[in-house]
This record gives sequence, C-alpha cells and structure tokens, in this order.
Amino acid sequence: MPRLVSHPDEVKVVSKRFGQGAADIDKYIELGGYEAIRKCLAQGPEWLIEEMKASNLRGRGGAGFPTGMKWSFVPKQSAKPKYVLINGDESEPGTCKDHLIFLHDPHSVIEGTIIAGLAIGSKMGFIYLRGEYRYLLEIMEKAVADAYAKGFLGKNIFGTDTEFQIITQSGAGAYEVGEESALMESLEGKRGVPRIKPPFPAVVGLYGGPTVINNAETIATVPHVINMGGAAFAAVGSPRNGGTRLFGISGHVERPGVYELPMGYNLKKMIYEVAGGVRGGRSLKAVVPGGSSTPVLLPEEIESLGMDFDQVGKAGSMLGSGGVVVIDDQTCIVEFALRTISFYQHESCGWCIPCREGTDWLKKSLTRFHAGFGTAKDIDNIRYLAENMMGRTFCPLGDAAAMPTLGFVKKFRKEFEDHLDGKPCPFAKHTEMAVV
Amino acid sequence: MADVTFTVDGKKLTAPAGTLLIEACRKAGIEIPAFCYYPGLSLQAACRMCVVRQEKVPKLQTACTTTVAEGQVFTTESPEIAQARKATIELLLGNHPLDCPVCDAGGECELQDMTFKYGAGESLMVDAKRHRDEQQWSPAVFYDRPRCILCYRCTRVCGEGMDVWALGIQNRGVTSVIAPDGGDQLDCEQCGMCIDICPVGALTSGSYRYKTRPWEMNHVSTVCTHCGDGCKVTLGIRQSSDGSEIIRADNRDKSGINGDFLCAKGRFGFDFVENPERLTSPLVRNAQGKLERVSWEHAFRVAAAKLKEVRDTRGGAAIGVIGSNHTTNEENYLLQKFARTVLKTSNIDHERTTDYVAFARALAGHKEKSAGLRDIASAPAILLIGGDPTNEHPLLAWTIRTNVRLNRARLYVANHRQIKLERQAKSTLRLPGGGYGKVAKYLSGKEATISDPAFREALLAEENLLIIFGEEFRGAAVDELVAWGLSRPSVRFAYLGDYSNSRGAADMGLLPDRLPGYVPVSTYDAFADEYPGMPHTIGLTQPQMLSAAAGGSLGALLIVGANPLELGTVDLSALKNTFIVVQDLFLTQTAAAADVVFPAATLYEKTGTVTNTYGDLQLVRKAVDKPSVKPDFEILVRLASSMGADVKRLVPFGKNVIKADLGQSRGAQSGEADRHAVWLVANGLEPKLSPFDPLALLDEIERLVPAYKLDRLNLFGGNEVRTEPGFIPVSALTSSGPDLVKPSHNGLFTSGTLGRYSKGISDLEQHQAEIKQETVAG
Repeated sequence: MPRLVSHPDEVKVVSKRFGQGAADIDKYIELGGYEAIRKCLAQGPEWLIEEMKASNLRGRGGAGFPTGMKWSFVPKQSAKPKYVLINGDESEPGTCKDHLIFLHDPHSVIEGTIIAGLAIGSKMGFIYLRGEYRYLLEIMEKAVADAYAKGFLGKNIFGTDTEFQIITQSGAGAYEVGEESALMESLEGKRGVPRIKPPFPAVVGLYGGPTVINNAETIATVPHVINMGGAAFAAVGSPRNGGTRLFGISGHVERPGVYELPMGYNLKKMIYEVAGGVRGGRSLKAVVPGGSSTPVLLPEEIESLGMDFDQVGKAGSMLGSGGVVVIDDQTCIVEFALRTISFYQHESCGWCIPCREGTDWLKKSLTRFHAGFGTAKDIDNIRYLAENMMGRTFCPLGDAAAMPTLGFVKKFRKEFEDHLDGKPCPFAKHTEMAVV
Repeated sequence: MADVTFTVDGKKLTAPAGTLLIEACRKAGIEIPAFCYYPGLSLQAACRMCVVRQEKVPKLQTACTTTVAEGQVFTTESPEIAQARKATIELLLGNHPLDCPVCDAGGECELQDMTFKYGAGESLMVDAKRHRDEQQWSPAVFYDRPRCILCYRCTRVCGEGMDVWALGIQNRGVTSVIAPDGGDQLDCEQCGMCIDICPVGALTSGSYRYKTRPWEMNHVSTVCTHCGDGCKVTLGIRQSSDGSEIIRADNRDKSGINGDFLCAKGRFGFDFVENPERLTSPLVRNAQGKLERVSWEHAFRVAAAKLKEVRDTRGGAAIGVIGSNHTTNEENYLLQKFARTVLKTSNIDHERTTDYVAFARALAGHKEKSAGLRDIASAPAILLIGGDPTNEHPLLAWTIRTNVRLNRARLYVANHRQIKLERQAKSTLRLPGGGYGKVAKYLSGKEATISDPAFREALLAEENLLIIFGEEFRGAAVDELVAWGLSRPSVRFAYLGDYSNSRGAADMGLLPDRLPGYVPVSTYDAFADEYPGMPHTIGLTQPQMLSAAAGGSLGALLIVGANPLELGTVDLSALKNTFIVVQDLFLTQTAAAADVVFPAATLYEKTGTVTNTYGDLQLVRKAVDKPSVKPDFEILVRLASSMGADVKRLVPFGKNVIKADLGQSRGAQSGEADRHAVWLVANGLEPKLSPFDPLALLDEIERLVPAYKLDRLNLFGGNEVRTEPGFIPVSALTSSGPDLVKPSHNGLFTSGTLGRYSKGISDLEQHQAEIKQETVAG
C-alpha cells in the first residue's frame, strides 16, 4: 500500500479525506460527504452544469477537456439510455493518483458519478477499475453496497423520484482500455480495441447510448466543486485550469508520493521542495512531466514552468495524467527510452499497423542499441520510425509511444551516440533498472 | 441522402451525403490504397494506407472512415501522403517475410502491389523478424502468421459475411494472430472465403498451395458444376502432359451473381475432373461380356447400329432416354431433339429434384414474377418456406444474409425444423412435419392448425414480397402457394432445386409429356418444322422406363450423365436384353451395366449455357482440354450421324442453314429474326461452321422456348441473363408428376456422383465429421 505523504504547500481538496477512514460511509458522511449531491438534487441539472463550467475543471485523465462542457454535449433527448462511465483504468506509468482515491475515498467517486448522472439525465453509472486494481474493487463494491443500503443509490435516491444505479467492473489487464472507446468495448465484454470516431461517446457510446466518460480523479473532484462553488474552485488554480490536482511524483526524489497542489504550481519547486529534491544529492538530468507518454523536459525547461495543461503544452510536452517522473544524472536515457517503449510495445493492442509494428521495431532497435550493437544510422531510423507513427495510428497509443521516444532522441542525441561503436553503456555500473 | 459536392485532387465530385470518401473516389476513378477496407464489410481503419489530407484538418484522415459533406476539399496524392504510405509499408515489411518467390500470393499480392507503388527502395530493418510456424487449420485452410498483415478481412468475412464466426484474434500487439475457433482446427463451413479475401499469402488453400505461380495459369471464368445456385467460378488452368488441368478455383471475377461468394464445393470440388477413375476411352461390351476399350468410331458404330435396329424393328417407343442435371441447356435440348426426331421416342426424362413443371404451370401467363438471384439480393422482404439454404444453397444463404445485413431486408422463415438462416429472420414460423401443404391456407387465414397470427400479419404488412420455397412444395401445393402470392400487390417467386442444370433439364424438355419450354407434346405445332416425324404421344417417365426395361419391353436405353441404377431398384440381370448406352465421366453403377460407354466431358471441359434454379442463365466456358473425352453434345451429334440422321436438321450449322434465319424468311414475317446470326454478321463474324458448336443451337432454342429470350451481348459478355417461365397456356398443363421428384439434399460437402469422386470435398466432409465426433466425445 502506498504511504501517504504530505507537504505544507498542498491544498487538500480531493485528498482531504485521505487517511481518515472515509471508505466507511458513515465516516464519509461525517466528513461532509453526500452533501453536494443533495445540493444538486435541489438545484437541478442546469445549475449544476453551469457550476461545473465556472469551475474550469479539466479532465484529469490526460487530455484536459473541460468537464462541464463535456457534460453539456450529451443530447437532452435520447431514445437509448444514457450512461455515466468512470474510467478507473489508471495504467499510465508514473501515475498512481486514482489508486489512492479508490483506497481512501471511494464514496467521492460514487457521489461524483451520481452528480454526473443527474447532469446528463442518466440513470446508470459504471465504475471501471483496471484489472490490476482488483483488490480495490472490493473496497469500491462495498462502498456501492453501502450507498444502496442508505438509499443513496437505487430507484428513489435520497428520497426523491430520481433513479440512479451503479455497477462496478474490473478490466482484464490492458493499458489500451484506458482509451475511452476501448474501455466501452471491454465493458461490453469484447476485445479491448478502440472504436472508430465519430460517432463520439456523447452521441453513441456504451451499448449505443449517449455516454459521458470521466476519469476517476475528475469525478471525485466534482462533489468538492459543488461544495466550494465553481468560481471558488477555479480561483485555486491558474487561468483556464481550475482547482488542484493530484501529482504523483516518482523516480529519483527524496520523498516520492502523491501531492495535491494547485494547478499551475511550479515544477522545479515541486521536485526540489515538495518532493525533497533529487535523492542522494545527485543532480537533475530530466523530468517526465505527465506520465510516461509525455515528452521529457530538461532542467533548464522547468525553471519557471507552471504545471497546468496550457503551460506544459507550451513547453513542448503535456501535463497528461500528472505523473511526474524524475530522472537523475546517473540514469541512462537510452535505457529509459527502451523501458518506456517496452511498455508500449507490450500494451499495443495490435489493431493498427503503425502502432503494432512501430512499437515492436522501436523496442528491437533500442534493445540492440543499448546492448552496444547500434549504428549511427539507427539513431536516425529510430527518429524516422517515431515520426512516422505520430498522428498516423488508430488511437493515441501510437502517439504515446512515439512522443517520448522522439523527445529522448532529440534532446539526448549525444547520449545515444555514446553507445555507438560497441562501447558499453556509460551508466552500466550505476543503473538500477533492468531491461524489460 | 441528398447529393453533396466536394473536391478531390482539384476535381469536383458529387455523391450522396454520408458516402465514404474511399467509395466516392473509387467510383470517380481515383484509386485510394487500402488493405483492411473491403466493400460490404464493417470498417476497421486499421491499416492506415488510405490516409488523405482534408483541408483544415490537422492530421491525415482515413478515407475509409471519412464521410463526404458539402464543400470538403481533399488531397489523395502528395509527397506527405506518399511518405505516410511508404512508412506503413516499411513497418509491415519489418516483420513480413520476403519469401515472395515461393509464396502462393506472389504475383497477385496486394502487399506486393502497394510496395511496388509506395514502398521504399531499401529496408531499414536489421533486427530479426518474428517467426511463427505455419499452421494447418483444415484440409482446405493453412495459416502462415508471419505473412499475415492483420487486416481482419478474414475474420469479418467469416463472421459478418458467412455468419460462422470461426475466426478471431488471439494475443495482442505484435504477437496478435488470427486463430480458428477450434484452437488449432477450423470448425466451420469450409467455404474458403478467408483464403480468397486474404490480400497476402497468409491464408492459403490446401488444394492449391505451392503448386504453381499465378502467372503460369490461364484464368477462365465459367459456372460451377455443383449445386443449383450457379456461382460464377474462375478456374486457374495450367498446361499439363495431356492437355491442361485445373489447379485452383476461386472467384476473382466478382461480376457474377455470387459477387464475393464461393462455397467449399465451388472452390475445392473441381478435382473430380482429374480423378484417375475418369473414363478415358469408349468401352464396348465384348463377346465375353466384359467392357473393352475401343476406338470412338467403333463405339459409335456399335451403338448406332443397335439403336437403329431397335427403332426400325420395335419402334421408337422401345427406346428410353434419360438425361442429366449437369449437362448444358444445348446438350439437353439436343438430347431430347435427337430422341424425338432420330430415335422417334417420347420416352424422355431425367432425375427430377424439384417440381419445375408445377412451377411453370402455376406461373403460366404471369410475366416477371420469377425471381433471379439479383432480385433476392435487393428484395426488401423475403419469405423463405422450407429448404435449408445454408447447406443446400450456400449462395442463396449468402445472398439473403448480405441483403439483411447491408440493406436491412426483412426475412421471414417458415420451416419444420430449425435452420441457420433463422438468425437473420425478423420472424420465424415453425411448421409441423409435413405441414407445407397447409401453408397456403394458413397464409390465406383459412388454416386453424397453424396458429401464429403474428407471423402472417407481419407478412401481410409487406407490400413487396419475394417468396422462396423448397422442394417440399410439389404439384398442387406449388399452385396454391403461388396463387396466394399472386393475390399480393407485388410478389416474386423462386423455387429451389438441386444440381447445376436441373432447371435447364426441365426447361429444355427432358420430359416425357413436354417439349422444350414445357409445351405439351400434343400441341407440337411450333415444333413441326424442326422436329419432322416426332411422336406426339406421352412417353414413359424415368421409373416407368426402368421397370419397362426390367420387364423386357424396352429394347434400348440411352443414359446421358445420370446414374439411375444407383438406387438399386432394378435387378441388373433383368436388363440383360436391354441395350444400354451410357455417356458419363465415371464407370458408375449404370455405366458398368452398359453395352456401350462413351467418356464424356465435365462442365469445365465444354461450352454452352446453364440455367440455375432461379432462372438465371449463364455462359459456360470451356476451361480444360482433355484429349480422351468428348462433350455430350459432340457425342450425340456423332451418334446421330452414325445412325444416318441429317445432322444439319439436328444442329443448324454452316452458312446454308443459318441464312434462313437472317430475317429473310420466317424471321422477317414473324419478328423472330435470328438474333445470334444477325449479331454475328453485324460483328463481321462467321456463322457457326461446326455441328459440334453447341451455340449453333441457341437460335433454335430461343425461337422454340418462349421463356428463353436471351440478351446475347450480356450472355457472351459473361453476365447472367434472365429466363422467364410463365408463357405457357394454362389449359395445356395439367399433371406435373410430383411423385417423380427426388430431391438430392446435397449438403456443403456432397454433390452426387461428382462429390464422391472429389477428394477435395470428401476430405472436408471427413474433417468436419471428425470434429463433430471429438465434440460429442469431449
């Protein structure tokens, strides 16, 4: 179980009940739980969507799409049932935030799901956890059962004539189903392969019905937005990036862990103050700002970098899932690139050619390269392959594999060259990573 | 949907809104490459070859998933697009083995073609390719994983097209493989569609693999010889030591009524042609009672002399003639004409697999009420009563499935048992065994014992109905059903029968009481000129002939392409005083009992036409040369000639005969100009010069068989043309002989005599039987 960490700079909104036993429904209620949904039931869906829009809450899964706007896209009238689908398939390497929510505050997910249901006029929500989180499923299922027992879920929630049901489901262990349409396929019991878009889920989603898909952290934030008021939530963050975010800081830092910080918080400060700096007094070589698919940043690029969707995007990377991976000066970037591509090669669903063949080819090349059998041409080939995967694949997984690879080759070409001509890896004696 | 205008490569195109860009471009002659896109199957967008640039859209878009809208602007060829395609090919070739010199698909491989057009000149790949051993899934299907580019065409055609769902995907990422349902075995209909649709050499055919290179074959498009559906099949022909041989059969010519479809029999059941047991020499029974190989001339002399003797001494009525379900229309026509005018007998019949006579009678006077396969492919509503198309008419099943899937046709199934097509049905009616006679009454609301009003009401709500019924309907039941249908606002009918030319045998008058076109023998006026001296009495049916022969009252039997003695109802010793002449491919039970046997050509070794059970008439093209056999047409002409008959009266050939038909004599007055001859002359071609050319008979058939008004340009262009029953005066037709109908019920892997001599389909039958046994045991 991950240890809970804390830092004075933190603004605890989503994480405020962590470590207080809020998985128990009575404790959750005691800590102010299930107040937001009562407020929403009283005020109605239009008010609630306006609050969400005002909050500037953007999707925490990685793409950063404004949540209120997403909800407003769902057609009011629909012949087919509408669904709320919670994406708890947290699989991006470097990311471990939803894990804590399911563990410490499962009812916030349930409450957020009901609110989303109310907003779009849905009677049914699904909470989908990644296959590897099966042990968290028990916690989630107990929470759902408790909510049913209290009358918070069911035919007449909170004594009103509003109906809302929740079903929990676990995946079978594929990163790919974190992609929303693949998630729907998986939930429907099919092979976890993405769907052709359009139609988008808001129009034709789960079982053909209009569907809103939200990340677990996003949905757990929703009750807090309602409680604080949209404008107050927005004020916590930076422009167009409302509120706080759970940043999972991992890698070579003194105090790794999940910290809740306001959007726009300086990345350098995050590493050196919040996480206690690079461990063992080493110096910073690079940082991956938002999960393993986001392009790597150099120390000089993070000096004044605020961690929100817009600023990180401007810096040539992505805020992604908020998984900050810190790399110290004794790490081999070629090996880091290899480990990264190995993950995507393993997780490629195989549907389209550029991703299926590209990830495998990149892994083969980098494996050989790191073992000292690379040629100068290989560096260009790796870059060529990654460039030709970008934007060409069926779903974003191909980009997720190509983007970091391109970043490594472009920013650390020298380190690649140091592996040439049969030279052993310059970091061989330091590295603690094993080749996958 | 309304038409929209959009721009592709600077050209303004128009198409209905929502059309897929790839389809709109292909229609306009702009080729967009694709591996996974296949018309009629679900979209995949997996191969990324069809990428195009759409104005104002940041990324390249796949043309297979882009729908056209007003004002859009696309570019389909540019350096950027060419680079994207080149990269995709490079990625594919990274793991694809370059064993093109030995690969079955070499020379007809889409990956080769794309590499030729877009591929890189050199490979960037230096690492080892992934390898997996080849697998054999059935006698028909082999899978070579390294060659597979995972376009998913096979899984889709098997699932969506065939509704079999025997193929799926195992593993993920680069280790993904196509896998059969039975683990390492295919438990399916063995249609081989997956092989045909594979763009590369990943799925290969057990009967074809590693036998030849595609360019060493000639490809001949003809008609399958097995069931009554009449699929167009392309035969791959290669020269052999004794002429030529069929190396494979597929449906690369997709212009036929079968479109993409071909079943196991069409694809793997051609090898009976090369069966070592094929007859290769005429046989005559010698003094020792043994069949002995003789020359053609000798055999003709012996057969002619004896037939002449019986005719001249005992009269034509002492000769019986039994025809075939597999021979061409021209051969069937010639056979009965020869019987009537040379042998002077009306004892003509064939093994009837369904009651076409009743069908013709029921439709008498109603034009355009019979349905061809193209009608079935587009009918908005279909009522299927009886039959089991999946097994007995695989193309019909495919056509109905496809119509339901792509056009949302409504299928109504009434059957006494569960059939697979019910999965596509909107509504199903379970009939009691033997309950088909009551169906017409039920449909009219006058049958209390079948109580399913909802089924009937749904049918009555259909304004436009196509009724397909099986051989369960015979005689009066056909009349009643058709009569009910004709009371509907818009209706068409199709009647199911077995074998490739059963319909043609009946249409061409291989019947004891009917001339070609179902004209009763008593009203022979139209035939008087061409049929001098024919008997006008009703002859014996096939069972009557056999018992007459056994009773000693038939002096001779001429049996063409049929095996009536197979049934074992006749004591062979009782036939010792009947002179039997047989034309066949094999030494069947009937041939073995014959006095003279002529080795006949298969449908793949001759030219002519055949009519499928839906009345679609198609051209049969000679594909293979076998020096030791002759088409039945030629055998009959030679036999007639040996008997001293005037061959020119039998087969009007040569300039002197053709002249009469050029619209100067009868043609000019009657409006029945000889269209074939006119067409030949108009095209600067010679009229038929050979009495062995079956097409020389086409004019006469057209003139005398009212249902056969043939569009020559389409026919000789390789398209099917419609024939129409329903021109016969109602009063003239009375009995149909429903008790003579013996359906063969051939399934997916049986095809009468032909099936027994085809190792290809026998092996598949065996494979499926073993799987079934394992399933039962397991």
